[in-house]
Amino acid sequence: MRTSTSALKSKDLLGIEPLLPEEIDLILDTAEGFKEVSERPVKKVPALRGQLVINLFMEASTRTRVSFEIAEKRLSADTLNFTASGSSVEKGETLIDTAENLVAMHPDMIVIRAKHPGAPKMLADRLPNVSIINAGDGSHEHPTQALLDAFTIRERLGRLAGVNVSIIGDIAHSRVVRSNIHLLTKMNANVTVAAPPTLIPSEIEKMGVRVVNSLDEAVEGADVIMMLRIQLERQGKLSFPSLREYYNTFGLTPERLKRANSEAIIMHPGPMNRGVEIASDVADDPRRSVILEQVTNGVAVRMAVLYLIGGAHNVE
Amino acid sequence: MSLEAREPGVGSRRFETFPGSHTRLPIPGNRHPCYPPSAPPNDVKSTLHKVCMNVKKRLLDGPRMNRAIRRMAIEILEKNRGTQDLIIVGIRSRGVPIAERMAREIEEMEGHPISSGILDITLYRDDLTTIAPQPVVKPTKLPEPIDDKIVVLVDDVLYTGRTVRAALDALIDFGRPKAVMLAVLIDRGHRELPIHADVIGKTVPTDAEEVIKVKLVETDGEDEVLIMEK
Repeated sequence: MRTSTSALKSKDLLGIEPLLPEEIDLILDTAEGFKEVSERPVKKVPALRGQLVINLFMEASTRTRVSFEIAEKRLSADTLNFTASGSSVEKGETLIDTAENLVAMHPDMIVIRAKHPGAPKMLADRLPNVSIINAGDGSHEHPTQALLDAFTIRERLGRLAGVNVSIIGDIAHSRVVRSNIHLLTKMNANVTVAAPPTLIPSEIEKMGVRVVNSLDEAVEGADVIMMLRIQLERQGKLSFPSLREYYNTFGLTPERLKRANSEAIIMHPGPMNRGVEIASDVADDPRRSVILEQVTNGVAVRMAVLYLIGGAHNVE
Repeated sequence: MSLEAREPGVGSRRFETFPGSHTRLPIPGNRHPCYPPSAPPNDVKSTLHKVCMNVKKRLLDGPRMNRAIRRMAIEILEKNRGTQDLIIVGIRSRGVPIAERMAREIEEMEGHPISSGILDITLYRDDLTTIAPQPVVKPTKLPEPIDDKIVVLVDDVLYTGRTVRAALDALIDFGRPKAVMLAVLIDRGHRELPIHADVIGKTVPTDAEEVIKVKLVETDGEDEVLIMEK
């Protein structure tokens, strides 16, 4: 029996790896309370009134940036969006200088999306008086995505322990998969990954996952099928002959889906490339696809994280 | 320390378990004598508060609590001349079972069910940025839109009035009720805001150092209200 906790240990959320299972439970339980706020006529609560949150986005993002901003606004925080383009970053200012200048204006939290793995950790170490929330750093971690995925699985299947989760796609370049593996293995789910061998990092088995070489093997008996985008922007050159061949061997089609459990759900962190990793018929399947539920749950999970982190700096 | 004569069980048991707990302060090893050996050492503050309290008086037992709740239900019906437009809303956490019991009493008396809901006021607390760790957030559940309804807020203890202030703010975010009434099981005084209850189970004059402990079958396994002192 796991013990419960009522607070996060750290002032920052840098990744799933340092979190304890009871902290993950706390975030997911808290998110349940916040999901209801987004269904109210007045979708706003005064929990973070007077707190300033800076969204520092050094890399392109739609869902995560919008989701964080909505979560902040629904908690009544003041928000400031900062993107690399159009700022002094283009004049050659370093990330740490940019952040230190922003911190001089006394924000309470900084949500950061960075190109470079470890950038949020560096900021967290250098800036003791502000909380850092990692919104994705290179191919390292994307903790709030893994948390919203777990929330969606738990909501749909009622549990995380013992659930068979198959993650298929660009395993090598995905921060989503790293955070998801950390989270799901901590919560005792069974994780299988599948991709062309060129997109499987060596020694990934050491993270406690099963590696298979074909989509069919991965789909067989799965409760959750998580499809990932091929991250062309992070690949020097294509790791397989062509996108069409990738679709033919690793694209999820209605035919291939038949091998999964009848109640299996389809997930995708977005953005989707229809006709590359997933067929439109599967992505739009009203019964099985939970891709848009993931987006809805993202706001609740990020509200929970902001709320729990926003209070942590008051701990004596 | 004053223990009521008819409560020897509770009082003396605590006294034997933690002798001298109210005069002596931390003993070697940073452990307070009140502090149970089983609890983790880094949790002294929160545990101390609970363990060092002594039962001073039992205000209500099960049957008396039931009678009080039944009378509160009758008063609500009297004041509203029936159940027209009425919604009973319990404030988490111990207002919820009391609200449910009142709704059952009303249903028994009137012969038809009455709407009831749950209000979580955590995010509206005025001390949210100064207390740590953050209190646990749970969903608010209202059965129907509250516009033009008479909402009866129910809580276990009315003390400073700050919980009710937060509840009113939370409620207003859901709509514009025709009226809001407040029903509490115990009114212990010491208001810090201009708030009063419309229906009261029992009024108890207290000292600020005393603590009112409401126990309910649904949450604590038994029905009783105790007045505790340090």
